[in-house]
Amino acid sequence: MPSVMLRKGSDGKISFYVAKKDLEETIVSVERDDSDTWGGTVELSDGSKYYIDPMSPPPEFPTTMRFKRC
Amino acid sequence: MAESMRDTEALIQEVLEVYPEKAKKDRAKHLAANNHDLESSKKCVTSNRRSLPGVMTIRGCAYAGSRGVVWGPIKDMIHISHGPVGCGTYTRAGRRNYYVGTTGVNVFTTMNFTSDFQEKDIVFGGDNKLEKMVDEIDQLFPLNKGVSIQSECPIGLIGDDIEAVAKKKSKDIGKAIVPVRCEGFRGVSQSLGHHIANDAIRDWVFEKDDKKRNFESTPYDVAIIGDYNIGGDAWASRILLEEMGLRCVAQWSGDGTISEIELTPNVKLNLIHCYRSMNYISRHMEEKYGIPWVEYNFFGPTKIEESLREIASHFDDKIKEGAERVIAKYRGQTEAVIEKYRSRLEGKRVMLYVGGLRPRHVIGAYEDLGMEVVGTGYEFAHNDDYDRTVKEMGNATLIYDDVTGYEFEEFVKHMKPDLIGSGIKEKYIFQKMGIPFRQMHSWDYSGPYHGYDGFAIFARDMDMTLNNPCWSSMTPPWQKEEDKSQAMAAE
Ligand code: SF4
Repeated sequence: MPSVMLRKGSDGKISFYVAKKDLEETIVSVERDDSDTWGGTVELSDGSKYYIDPMSPPPEFPTTMRFKRC
Repeated sequence: MAESMRDTEALIQEVLEVYPEKAKKDRAKHLAANNHDLESSKKCVTSNRRSLPGVMTIRGCAYAGSRGVVWGPIKDMIHISHGPVGCGTYTRAGRRNYYVGTTGVNVFTTMNFTSDFQEKDIVFGGDNKLEKMVDEIDQLFPLNKGVSIQSECPIGLIGDDIEAVAKKKSKDIGKAIVPVRCEGFRGVSQSLGHHIANDAIRDWVFEKDDKKRNFESTPYDVAIIGDYNIGGDAWASRILLEEMGLRCVAQWSGDGTISEIELTPNVKLNLIHCYRSMNYISRHMEEKYGIPWVEYNFFGPTKIEESLREIASHFDDKIKEGAERVIAKYRGQTEAVIEKYRSRLEGKRVMLYVGGLRPRHVIGAYEDLGMEVVGTGYEFAHNDDYDRTVKEMGNATLIYDDVTGYEFEEFVKHMKPDLIGSGIKEKYIFQKMGIPFRQMHSWDYSGPYHGYDGFAIFARDMDMTLNNPCWSSMTPPWQKEEDKSQAMAAE
């Protein structure tokens, strides 16, 4: 369950940063991403996938959350 | 002279040849030919791994990253090298981070404070000694604004509770005391020391400082993050920012003070020069206080121009105009510098091997002078650094991570660069090989190199080194070719 820092870049994409793992990728797709829910399986630019329980209302970025590897 | 991809790869193979099978496999992952087609550097270079036992690495330890890099330059605090005497003594004042003040009275940067552990402290613990030391420090140097405890290896090994001492003594003397768990054995290089030092600022400086401060902010407040004022770098950068209308509230940490650090959560934008050593705290400030951050590069006019515009884009028109004004103001000066030196440096090839930001940040400055960087590498970078480097370097140039002494020498022998920029440990080897060398950690006792004023000094230094007449005197007269033939004729 890595603790992940999420921040919105100037291009509007969300970066996915795990300091411990030295991982800095952008999120390419999120399972649920609409006005009232955000979360589910997220896919990163390197192809790996992580999961977080969908939450509503959607979080404010930047923030730190715990994801599961899947 | 651009190398082809195949040449570079063949060179790597050739250099790796002497290693035993396992070592070869390990080191191969850290060496690569740059390839713009790869979207992520992970596919070509592995970084931030433990150095291979048995080779000469050029890295430092976590204590060096915290005591030397992040905390050391904070001038009005006293930084105790907690543990045996050597770690602090041999690194004292080596980094040339300039500051103003009267050393030993209100600033302490170049001084060395150590708890000088003896056998009895290892056996019975050093907490009492530390307490006594804090009292002594406060008595002898009453103008200090706080103390940081920089742990050396033994502290973690014997399990001293420096946090408890810090809390207790902080109450006693009424100043900040920051325990830093940066024992040298943690992590693979100084990089983890940066991270630990950043976290200590977060937990012991920011968190403590909940009381509302009397601070009048303006819409143009910024902080310079990750500039250690080597040879005056931060001053040369600050001039430009102030000229464009921004107000620099804090310098992290070259010529910086603890109160500047405490005030930083009030700024509007954090400007990061050394991403590697201070991105952690910037990310924290973004999350906790909503302060955005931007990376910039003040080496060489091209990058300075880009950076000034990028910084200005976060502000209103007044600052944007300010940026243009600054760029225009210095154009004449830089053109004169380039005119003077470019013809003497054009086409020269450079190899770099430095620390956190310079292996990619100085590339632009060399290119402004018509030079080409043909190989570069970092001591302690992570993947995100290489991601940023791949774009800056030409295709098929050589990239080496945590290069070993042997590899670096072999690469240089094959690639025959005209100039090498690296550290003090490499300097004399390459100078004895007859290759011009600049020490790019401490600017070889020169500097500043940041900003427009710094660029002029950078260009002069490179010229002075490269075109120094001494390089043609490397071969003694009796070994010179023409002399040999003359001698032969005489026989
Ligand atoms: S590795 Fe340990 S003993 Fe060596 S310099 Fe670093 S802190 Fe000191």
